[in-house]
Amino acid sequence: MYNILLSGVGGQGTVLASKLIAAAALAKGLTVHTAETIGMAQRGGCVVSHVRIGENVNSPLIPKGTADVIIAFEPAEAVRVACYLKKGGVIITSSSAVKPVTDMFAKVPYNADEMLEYLKTKGIKTYVVDADEIVRTLGNAKSLNVALLGAATVNCDIGITKEDIANAVVNTAKAVFREQNLKALDMGADISKEL
Amino acid sequence: MKKILMGNEAIAYGAIAAGVEVVTGYPGTPSTEVLETVAKLKQSKKAENVYVEWSVNEKSALEVAAGAAYAGKRCMVTMKQVGLNVASDPLMSLAYIGVKGGMIILVADDPGPISSQTEQDTRHFAQFAKLPVFDPTSPEEAYEMISDAFDFSEKYSTPVIFRPTTRVCHAYATVDVNIDNVENHIAEGFVKDTSRWVIFPRTSYLNHLKIEERNRKLRSVLAEYDRKTIEQGKGRLGIAASGVSYAYAKEALAIDGLSAPVLKIVTAHPFPEELAVKYLKTVDEVLVYEELDPVVEKELIYVCYKYKLNVKIKGKLTGNVPDAGENSVEAARVIFADYFGTQKPEIPEKPDISLPVRPPMLCAGCPHRASFYAVKKAMKGRKAVFAGDIGCYTLGNAKPLDMVDTCLCMGAGITIAQGIKRAEPDTVCFSFTGDSTFFHTGIVGIVNAVYNGTKMVSVILDNSTTAMTGHQPNPNTGKRASGEVAEVVSIEKVLEAIGVKYIRTVNPFELDEAVNAVKCAADFDGVSAIIFRAPCIALFKPQKRFSIAEKNCIGCKRCVNEIGCPALVKNGNKIKIDPTLCYGCGLCEKVCPKGAISDKEAKDKDNV
Repeated sequence: MYNILLSGVGGQGTVLASKLIAAAALAKGLTVHTAETIGMAQRGGCVVSHVRIGENVNSPLIPKGTADVIIAFEPAEAVRVACYLKKGGVIITSSSAVKPVTDMFAKVPYNADEMLEYLKTKGIKTYVVDADEIVRTLGNAKSLNVALLGAATVNCDIGITKEDIANAVVNTAKAVFREQNLKALDMGADISKEL
Repeated sequence: MKKILMGNEAIAYGAIAAGVEVVTGYPGTPSTEVLETVAKLKQSKKAENVYVEWSVNEKSALEVAAGAAYAGKRCMVTMKQVGLNVASDPLMSLAYIGVKGGMIILVADDPGPISSQTEQDTRHFAQFAKLPVFDPTSPEEAYEMISDAFDFSEKYSTPVIFRPTTRVCHAYATVDVNIDNVENHIAEGFVKDTSRWVIFPRTSYLNHLKIEERNRKLRSVLAEYDRKTIEQGKGRLGIAASGVSYAYAKEALAIDGLSAPVLKIVTAHPFPEELAVKYLKTVDEVLVYEELDPVVEKELIYVCYKYKLNVKIKGKLTGNVPDAGENSVEAARVIFADYFGTQKPEIPEKPDISLPVRPPMLCAGCPHRASFYAVKKAMKGRKAVFAGDIGCYTLGNAKPLDMVDTCLCMGAGITIAQGIKRAEPDTVCFSFTGDSTFFHTGIVGIVNAVYNGTKMVSVILDNSTTAMTGHQPNPNTGKRASGEVAEVVSIEKVLEAIGVKYIRTVNPFELDEAVNAVKCAADFDGVSAIIFRAPCIALFKPQKRFSIAEKNCIGCKRCVNEIGCPALVKNGNKIKIDPTLCYGCGLCEKVCPKGAISDKEAKDKDNV
């Protein structure tokens, strides 16, 4: 069984990324369960997607301390869900912060590097994808979700490969996004660096 | 065919596979996708025989479905748990009348609550209305169970409540579905029979006797309903569970390598008594793991007393399980360890570092922000109360807008405002009501104000959709659930017909005009209404974007402090606009004291 937790901010494509993993797993004949926890916000709120591949799955949500991999779209969201990671699990995270409007009034403003540093001090094996480089190369952050999947498939065992995801992209994404997503998938795999 | 389906989708597929032909409902999280899926399947010609409608409210929806069931059609009505409160009048009587065609009343409960006003437990409603209730533990089971529920409904001529909870509704699972060869249920049609379809005190007395007799019988019948209800295990300490808590319990036992006899209850009413007796004879103690109220727990206590079984029942009533909120695998592990006397499991804790808060807020470009801001400006310095309602616009309570003083239930804003006015005659009393909520239960409140001569300002926030639940059509949108074009029911004409003498329709982004309209409405001697009309941002693509000229921004943060749009972000000591979030509404341009905000620079950039 593989437990994969995706964590991001509304609007980043977190749910879509989980659907790609699920589609890739189903295409391989695997049993898959997914679930999302989304707050009341339409945009800008925390979004957590639980993907469970394999048999003998009961709970739709991944229990804390049992995720094999966390794919975070944002450093603070990686820290927020780090309690779901099993001992020896791996975090893949984007480097770039998404700051809420309320951060302007926060006593301690949010700093992405502090979050990454926190993961390091906790001894969690973490791979970082430079989101700015993705935006520079692809022109926008829309394919960041697929880039993170690329990084996840090459750095840890999630039961499906980069090629499986590529097939899912080809089968599900609209033609206009296909090329950009495939490019992002490769790029994420290439540029991810261990923290 | 194997598909990855959301629980609600699985229920829709299951209902279609069972031959449902009439589906009605009112949107409400977490139930909405059931009807949406039926509508999508109809639109894609995979369920052409099915009639599907978004009704104006749950009461109407239930009555439309009941009529179809009188005529022998299989039908389903969908709603969230608080929706059943609105539909409770027909529900209670329909339970006495019964149905001919199979009828499912799908009511989704929301432990937590995650997006609801209450943590009410629909299993109580089933007991109260004396109706059977089916309680699936997973999307896969929901798909199969809905078909059983239809058969059951027809066999016993009773509506059946089908009650998934959020984590079943919104979880996705791999489900083997088949809706290609649906068996046609030939409906007999409506057969006139006043002794059957007309409720009278005498018939109700006789039907009451029949219902109690039937439910006693169903306690035995449902004990035979085999959905892997008893699982053997080691020891004499048992676990009983229902709904998604059953899945949590199973997983918690597996993680910590525990074994126990497990009882799964999928029909909390009528309670499968003989099944419980059989199980209780194998244990000394039972811990009941269920969400919301201790329904199964109390039933087990009753059965123990009735059959003189010396079994200790633990759960919410004994303080082993929390009274409120969602259950989880983690919580189950801790509760079980305490119950079995095993080692306390190590559950990783929340991070010991402060994290950015991401509260829910109105989207960038949301017309509600402009509407609230206009009313706020117009009422500055005056004594006013703002009664809100259910919808995205409840988020107008957040700072800096702070424009929702009350929120109770669908349509209540209009009437709560009237009560406050009666208690505080010197206060200007406003209500804020969305377009869908206006048609749901808002109209009667305005009739009440006009009839009783209560001075108030009814603000109708018309964004041309039912936004919060995911953009369903309503009488105001010109579309039906099936995708067909519908007659638009005019809010203005409704208000006019009721007798509201001051009605103004304004685009809230025309700030000066909007503020002026609010001032006039507040001074009007009688019931006044303002319709703020501008579409939800989900209905169109942005036409322009705004930006802040850095050299002109003085960092006063007036834009942020006045309207709090999420597209306004920090830029050193100044403010800038996040171009990926800006929807081009231009409200910030109107509040900037230095004229630093415009759509000019952004436009130039877009052209490059």
